[in-house]
Amino acid sequence: MAEFNRPETPQDFIRNFAPKKPLMNSSEAYYESARCLYCYDAPCMDACPTHIDIPLFIKQINTGNIKGAAATIYDSNWLGNACGKVCPTEQLCEGSCVYTHQDMKPLQIGRLQNFATEAVMQAGSPLFSPGKDNGRKVAIVGAGPAGIACACELRVLGYSVEIFEAKALPTGLTVYGTAPYKITNEEALRENEYLQNQLGYTIHYNHPIQNAAQFAELEQGFDAVFLGLGLGATARLGIPGEDMPGVVGAVEFVEELRMKQSAYSIPDTVVVIGGGNTAVDAASESARMGASSVHLVYRRTKADMGAYDFEYATALGAGVKGVFEASPVRIEGEGRATGVTFARPDGTEFHLPADLVIKGTGQAKQGELLKHLPNISTDSKGRIVVDEAFQTTRPGYFAAGDAVNGGAEVVNAAYEGKCAAQGMHQWIQTNKA
Amino acid sequence: MSNIDLSINFAGIKAPNPFWLASAPPTNTGYQIMKAFEAGWGGAVWKTLGIPVQNVSSRYGSINYRDTRMAGLSNIELITDRPLADNLREIEEVKKHFPNHAVIASLMVESKKEWFQIVKDVENAGADGIELNFGCPHGMCERGMGSAVGQEPEVLNTIVQWVMEASSIPVITKLTPNISDITDPALAAVRGGTSALSLINTIKSIVGIDLDTYAPYPVVDGKGTNGGYCGPAVKPIALHMLKELAGHPEIRNTPISGIGGIETWRDVVEFILLGATSVQVCTAVMHYGFGIVREMEAGLRQFMSDKGYSTIYDFAGKAVPNVVEWKHLNLHYKVVASINADKCIGCQLCHIACDDGAHQAIALPINGSRVPEIIDENCVGCNLCSLVCPVEDCITMERRDDGSKTETWAERTVLGKIPEHFNDPRGGGVGHFVPEPSAALQYKRKDRSGRK
Ligand SMILES: Cc1cc2nc3c(=O)[nH]c(=O)nc-3n(C[C@H](O)[C@H](O)[C@H](O)COP(=O)(O)OP(=O)(O)OC[C@H]3O[C@@H](n4cnc5c(N)ncnc54)[C@H](O)[C@@H]3O)c2cc1C
Ligand SMILES: Cc1cc2nc3c(=O)[nH]c(=O)nc-3n(C[C@H](O)[C@H](O)[C@H](O)COP(=O)(O)O)c2cc1C
Ligand code: SF4
Ligand code: SF4
Ligand code: SF4
Repeated sequence: MAEFNRPETPQDFIRNFAPKKPLMNSSEAYYESARCLYCYDAPCMDACPTHIDIPLFIKQINTGNIKGAAATIYDSNWLGNACGKVCPTEQLCEGSCVYTHQDMKPLQIGRLQNFATEAVMQAGSPLFSPGKDNGRKVAIVGAGPAGIACACELRVLGYSVEIFEAKALPTGLTVYGTAPYKITNEEALRENEYLQNQLGYTIHYNHPIQNAAQFAELEQGFDAVFLGLGLGATARLGIPGEDMPGVVGAVEFVEELRMKQSAYSIPDTVVVIGGGNTAVDAASESARMGASSVHLVYRRTKADMGAYDFEYATALGAGVKGVFEASPVRIEGEGRATGVTFARPDGTEFHLPADLVIKGTGQAKQGELLKHLPNISTDSKGRIVVDEAFQTTRPGYFAAGDAVNGGAEVVNAAYEGKCAAQGMHQWIQTNKA
Repeated sequence: MSNIDLSINFAGIKAPNPFWLASAPPTNTGYQIMKAFEAGWGGAVWKTLGIPVQNVSSRYGSINYRDTRMAGLSNIELITDRPLADNLREIEEVKKHFPNHAVIASLMVESKKEWFQIVKDVENAGADGIELNFGCPHGMCERGMGSAVGQEPEVLNTIVQWVMEASSIPVITKLTPNISDITDPALAAVRGGTSALSLINTIKSIVGIDLDTYAPYPVVDGKGTNGGYCGPAVKPIALHMLKELAGHPEIRNTPISGIGGIETWRDVVEFILLGATSVQVCTAVMHYGFGIVREMEAGLRQFMSDKGYSTIYDFAGKAVPNVVEWKHLNLHYKVVASINADKCIGCQLCHIACDDGAHQAIALPINGSRVPEIIDENCVGCNLCSLVCPVEDCITMERRDDGSKTETWAERTVLGKIPEHFNDPRGGGVGHFVPEPSAALQYKRKDRSGRK
């Protein structure tokens, strides 16, 4: 296989993870934007979870009002730049563009969105200013997309905002989780910097909130608390051999890869277990890191896969081999994983050798943490229950993003975080007046 | 297609086909014209000759419509800036190489003496014809030439008479569109004895303002001047003026060379159908080069073959009788829009165009589909929706009257059936559905902001 050589230098890494949606130049943006029909009640707007006024911003690009285009995008979506890069646009806006009904190429909405937002960031053009200080304070737990969107919206409404983040970097899974060919670390971090410079929210890094006393402190010091916790670590498979070295969760694998980049050395033979987007991403990325054999093994059929077709196609393109209808029975190895034994539906077993076994079996929920917060209900799937204002069952606590929707996209977290800010604003006005 | 003969005899000027280059930058030099003839053009009107001018740097501005460059072009260039002797020498050389192609010298001078002199000069150089440039709407007109002449029928008539007296080769008078009634200068030219007419020259224009220097395009050191507008955008104006001449009893027997926005074979056929028997092209060549003629020629041949014509004279002017005054249109004719749901892509432009810009005759579906619905009773058959629809043949206008009745405004006038006072019940819109004004207040865009 070896479509990709092992990246030795940062340049090699960039080459192996060449951007899937590269930045448009101004000519391309001009011609592409000219194709937009300016549909009435445009279906692309409905398909965008943040409901960006897509025809408007595209027309603004076409008329040379790039700054106005960026303002239109950010007005709906505080992570407009990241979303332009990482959104599964094939499933969302672009997938519903009217052109697709005549088998024509949809507008490249994501790339146009990048073009406009990149332009204001590169020029450092300011677009926002915080609202007049209303004397109220909100604490946000987690600086992922949900937390950042919530912070921005609250700042515009005049709240002072402090974010408590367990990790060393902002943007949550945008920087730690998404595939590097969608967005680079620098790009992810830069958007937060752009927003933070203008809106002035505080982020306390390496500052996990993990016990009842800390939550009590937040309740003392702030008028309301927002939980943008995301999901937890990769869930357990529950098969023998799982805790051996050489076995890693997909989310943890991607995080290490994104942080180390070319300094990360992938073992030669990789087996990824799972059929969701995260598993497929991990397989794709293993191949791009130069592993000579990567198998993606899913217990059900190809049609049952949770991953998007285009993501699976990308993985195949990188050299990944798919194996279906095979459930992991045990991980083999003496002190270190050497392979996985799988069972077919008919009970027969087979073995795949592996120096690295990646478990793409989904992320655990935040149940452990929530034990410190009595009265916060979760549903049968461990998701935090909220009302339409994104308030949890514990008054004054709001939540949004993966922790609430069970794991979706950056764009969903961005929208929910913004709506939750509006919900908090309503609640504080009535309850803390 | 072998029996198709594209050659023309235009007021005595012979050419292998009706595709001529208009007098403009593409005909500045012998080099360009020979290259054009090689590429397939049948004739060329040389860049206007006279006393050589001085031009400014920064000469053109354009209208770019969305992804279309140069939908309209404006220029502030004057006539030739090259010495007459050089041009005459090159005319001779071109004629030597291309004896059967049409080389027409465009001329613009002031005094009778100059006109006599220059007419003789170009005749001696071997030009097949002369075109009088009474059209240039910038610069030259400030000096009493170009459109300053074209706008004064009497002066025009005098100069045409001078030239007819001096010339032994055919003379085409080129008209300016910068006038309220094009038949005035055309009649003056015909009465002066002109062999043929050509139109249109460029239209006075300002194509835009530079938003940094606040000067009109093209900007010359912080200032600008009105330009002459041409290119695809001017075609409708040219076609209308062509029809005015081709339908005029005293003018229609004079051959007309059609100019203005011609770029494709369709444009060529339209000009011929409205009475032109040669066409001239400038902007399309400035945009795409001489090779554009290949598409024009192939398309014209295909059209003629499909329709069974062997020369352009077989169909020249065939559309002229169908252009009538409004009062002669059939008021019983009725079309109604119809949407082909299989083709519709759901952009809903037809809905908003009709609701905001026409007659509230297209409803949005309530069943979750995005295919709008025509409300037949409300549709007046204006065509707007079919024009905005981005899908080919998706909205068609279907005839609803049975064709048995014809009644025109002129006939109704005679019969005393026309509305006569402000609230006359015979007004066309009386009784037609109109929503209550207050219904507009319910018509809100969905709020998707997530904000209260
Ligand atoms: C491998 C992978 C690939 C993905 N690819 C894409 C993609 O291509 N496109 C896309 O749109 N989406 C993608 N997603 C999904 C997307 O990243 C998430 O939906 C999104 O980041 C959720 O945002 P969030 O703010 O809810 O949570 P997160 O992004 O998870 O952020 C939560 C933040 O809270 C912090 N935190 C958690 N607990 C605490 C605590 N107790 N105290 C303090 N801080 C805490 C975390 O450190 C983190 O920074 C991917 C996800 C994964 C796992
Ligand atoms: C730059 C430029 C210079 C022109 N110069 C002349 C000229 O010298 N003499 C003339 O009769 N017409 C001149 N014209 C007008 C063209 O011959 C022609 O009438 C006009 O451009 C309309 O045709 P089009 O739409 O094909 O360009 C000029 C046009 C342009 C764009
Ligand atoms: S659906 Fe496509 S064409 Fe219509 S507004 Fe959206 S991007 Fe433009
Ligand atoms: S033809 Fe005119 S009135 Fe009729 S539906 Fe179309 S836009 Fe409306
Ligand atoms: S304009 Fe045409 S494609 Fe668009 S909704 Fe109307 S009928 Fe359908």
